[in-house]
Amino acid sequence: MSELIVAILLLTGASFMILASVGILRLPDLPTRMHASTKAGAMGAMMTMAGVAVYFADVVVFTRAFAIVIFILITAPIAAHVIGRAGYFLGTPLWEGTVKDELKDNYDDKTHKLYSGFEPAPESVIPPKHEKRSEDDED
Amino acid sequence: MLDVVINIVYFMLSVALLFGFIRLIKGPSLPDRVVSLELIASIVVGYVGVHAIDTGVPSLLDVAIVIALTAFLTAVGFARFLERGGPKSE
Repeated sequence: MSELIVAILLLTGASFMILASVGILRLPDLPTRMHASTKAGAMGAMMTMAGVAVYFADVVVFTRAFAIVIFILITAPIAAHVIGRAGYFLGTPLWEGTVKDELKDNYDDKTHKLYSGFEPAPESVIPPKHEKRSEDDED
Repeated sequence: MLDVVINIVYFMLSVALLFGFIRLIKGPSLPDRVVSLELIASIVVGYVGVHAIDTGVPSLLDVAIVIALTAFLTAVGFARFLERGGPKSE
C-alpha cells in the first residue's frame, strides 16, 4: 500500500519536473519561462520529497524531507523574484505579443526604485498620465 | 513494482534535465541561463531523493539540502551581480 503511494508521488513529481522543463524550453521570454520553471519545479521537488518521507516512514527522515520542502517553498519565490528583477533591469526583450508592461513608466532605471505614479516623482521618472474620460467619448 | 517506477522516474528526470540543459546552452541572455540553472538544481534535488529511495540510504537527503541551499545562493548572487552592472542587452 505504501509502495503504491510512493510510486504515485514519485511519478507525479517527475511529471511536474518534465512539465517545468518543457515550459522552460518552449516559452518565449524570460518572465514566462521563470513562471513555468519555478512553480512547477518546486512542486516536483516537493512531491518527490513527500515520496521519500512516505517510503522511509521514519521521524528523522520525515523531518529532513519536511525541512527540504519548507526550504524550497521559501527560497523558490525569492530567487524567482530576484532574477526577474535583474532581468528586467538588464532590458531583456519581452515577447512581441506582450500586451502591457506596467513597470515601464514607474521604474526608475538609475536608482532601481518603483514609484506608484501618485507621489511626486523625480525628473528621471515620467509618471503615467491618468487621463480623465473626456467628452470625446460621449460624442 | 517500485523498481520499475523508479526506473521510469529516472528516465523522466533525465529528459527534464536534457531540456533544461538545452535552454542553458541556447538561452539568449544571462538571466535565462540562471533560470535554467535554478531548474536544473531542483531537478537534481529530485534525482537525489529518488536515489535515496533506490539505494535505501536516507543520509543522501543531506546532499539534497546542500544542493537546494547552493542553488538559492547562486541565484541570489547572480542576480546581485547582474543588477550591479552586468552586460547590458539593449
